[in-house]
Amino acid sequence: MKDFKMRFKKSMIRFWKSFKSGAVRLYKTLTYNTKTKVGLAILLLFVIGAFIGPIIFPYNPLTNEVNKFAPPSAEHWLGTDNLGRDLFRQMLYGSRDVLVIALLTSIFTIIIAVAVGISSGFIGGMYDRVIQTITNLFLTIPSFPIMIIMASFFTIEEPVSFALVLSIWNWAGLSRAIRAQVISLKERDFIQICNVMGMRKSHIIFKELMPNISSYIFINFILIMRNAITASVGIMMLGLAAFEPSNWGAILLRAKDIGALLIPEATLFWLTPIIAIALFQAGAILLASGLDETLNPRLRRN
Amino acid sequence: MENKKPNKVKQVLVAIGTFIRDFLFKTRFLWRRIGFALITLLLATIFGFFLIKMMLGDPVTMFAKRLSDERRIPMDEAYRLATMLLNYDPNATVWQQFGRYVSGLVKGDFGTSMYRNDVTVTVIIKNFLPWTLFISSLALLLSFLIGILMGGRMAYKRKGFFNAGANSFIVVSGAVPDYLWGMILIFIFGVTLRWFPIQGNYDILLELKGWPFITNVLYHAFLPIIAFSIVQIGGWALAMRGSALGVLGEDYIYAAKARGLGERTIVSRYLRKNSLLPLITSLAMSFAVLFGGSPLMETIFNYPGFGSEFSKAIGTRDYFLIQGLMVFMSFVMILANLIADSLYSIIDPRIRRDNT
Repeated sequence: MKDFKMRFKKSMIRFWKSFKSGAVRLYKTLTYNTKTKVGLAILLLFVIGAFIGPIIFPYNPLTNEVNKFAPPSAEHWLGTDNLGRDLFRQMLYGSRDVLVIALLTSIFTIIIAVAVGISSGFIGGMYDRVIQTITNLFLTIPSFPIMIIMASFFTIEEPVSFALVLSIWNWAGLSRAIRAQVISLKERDFIQICNVMGMRKSHIIFKELMPNISSYIFINFILIMRNAITASVGIMMLGLAAFEPSNWGAILLRAKDIGALLIPEATLFWLTPIIAIALFQAGAILLASGLDETLNPRLRRN
Repeated sequence: MENKKPNKVKQVLVAIGTFIRDFLFKTRFLWRRIGFALITLLLATIFGFFLIKMMLGDPVTMFAKRLSDERRIPMDEAYRLATMLLNYDPNATVWQQFGRYVSGLVKGDFGTSMYRNDVTVTVIIKNFLPWTLFISSLALLLSFLIGILMGGRMAYKRKGFFNAGANSFIVVSGAVPDYLWGMILIFIFGVTLRWFPIQGNYDILLELKGWPFITNVLYHAFLPIIAFSIVQIGGWALAMRGSALGVLGEDYIYAAKARGLGERTIVSRYLRKNSLLPLITSLAMSFAVLFGGSPLMETIFNYPGFGSEFSKAIGTRDYFLIQGLMVFMSFVMILANLIADSLYSIIDPRIRRDNT
């Protein structure tokens, strides 16, 4: 019993140490340059705004025709839309779904891309050839029209199915890049030594290959989130998948439908979602390129 | 004399044989590519075929009903006509349907609209694709030129005002999708300043010839082209910068510096040419993507293009049109992919060995 306690304590200490060193490393990576810090700050702001914002600023979806296109004031920070509803709160309220869709799309895409890319690069041979032909098909058939088609075939009513539609045609490019990296890593000495030593395939994949491509995958995670937001807003703007009228794309669709570009008082109506998208995307770009500079030795040297 | 003649013929035959063998051997990378392209073509065709099968309801009966109402013909007759026009018979076996579909594709028949009279995919390609290609290819060339100039300079001069400016331009321009740039540009230059028209491709009142027409078309195309370019410049600049950073580490750049060549000569003669090579494939691929048009951009500018036709077809659930447009787009993409890959491996022989 005592022995077990000692061992448990030791393993806990070891776990804590590795956790601490990992956290320190993560902190150092994230604060290495200004780009990363600014990007991270913007993205965190969005996450906080999306999940805590609606609690502080509850959104009232009731329409009030008298109050339409009200200018910015203390009560309505960004004015109101064509039906007298607060735009700032609408944007906050809608941002949660947008972020969840982007996050889920990233997760789904990365899972498919990593599974396909690593297996195809690692196993090789006939399997690789078949998978590459299929990947090629996914790459050559343009993705945005396919997303539109799928969005119109399956009526989208919640974030998960939307994320699936967005990710099912987006993994091909990333999986090909991962396959190329795995193939070049496979020739390197440390993997060869593992093979010679007769280590398990799962060990080689998860302990040796994965750490070497994880930074690449993480950067792509952010970039896919970015693309997912562009695509989801676009699909919603075409009037497909409008399940929540306060989504950024749905706000834009309503603005476009009433011809808000031609109404001077309605400028904030269409500008608010655009600014939200622009801010989020700028944050994602900064974080991704900052991380790239930190983690990519070729760029870091200079 | 007499037995020399067959010998000569034999020699010539052998020479031709070796020539053909050598040619096939040297271009084997090309044949492999073509084989892959054919397989992808087949898969895309199968995919397009099953797109119809995925559809809800029975589109042929709907189409036949409309035909019988319009032309005042009995339902049997209309049904027969519908299967002929749509090139699809729901009562046949899957293999017969597929054979019929493929033979239609071979004859250049990509499909017919279910709702609009005499509108086929071929008609849409003929009438709308030129406009789409016109604005988007001009935008692509413009952004490619600006992008490579910017990227090359960014790689060569790491520090300084230009690099900071270029970097912030890339972040800001890339942060807003192109169709939203379109909205912003329409608001600034079309609605507020009234410098440019906000919709259409030319004035309807104009005669369709001469310089006034061309300048009018360009005048209408200006805002869409700028909106497309703004977003693309950043991507090209970053790609060029990455490629140029790799070239800068090469020995011949050091040698050129050691020889005391000027900065301008190094950039234009050594750096730009060598770092452009990898970008050619992406340029060809981007050109292929243009054939799909941009549904959102064309809807916002009310520009009669391929993309807006596509989104119209989707809005009305015109399944046969959707299928035809989709299959056409993938064919173009596959072809462009093949051309881009082959071009690249002809230009740069190092590529041939790896990456089938």
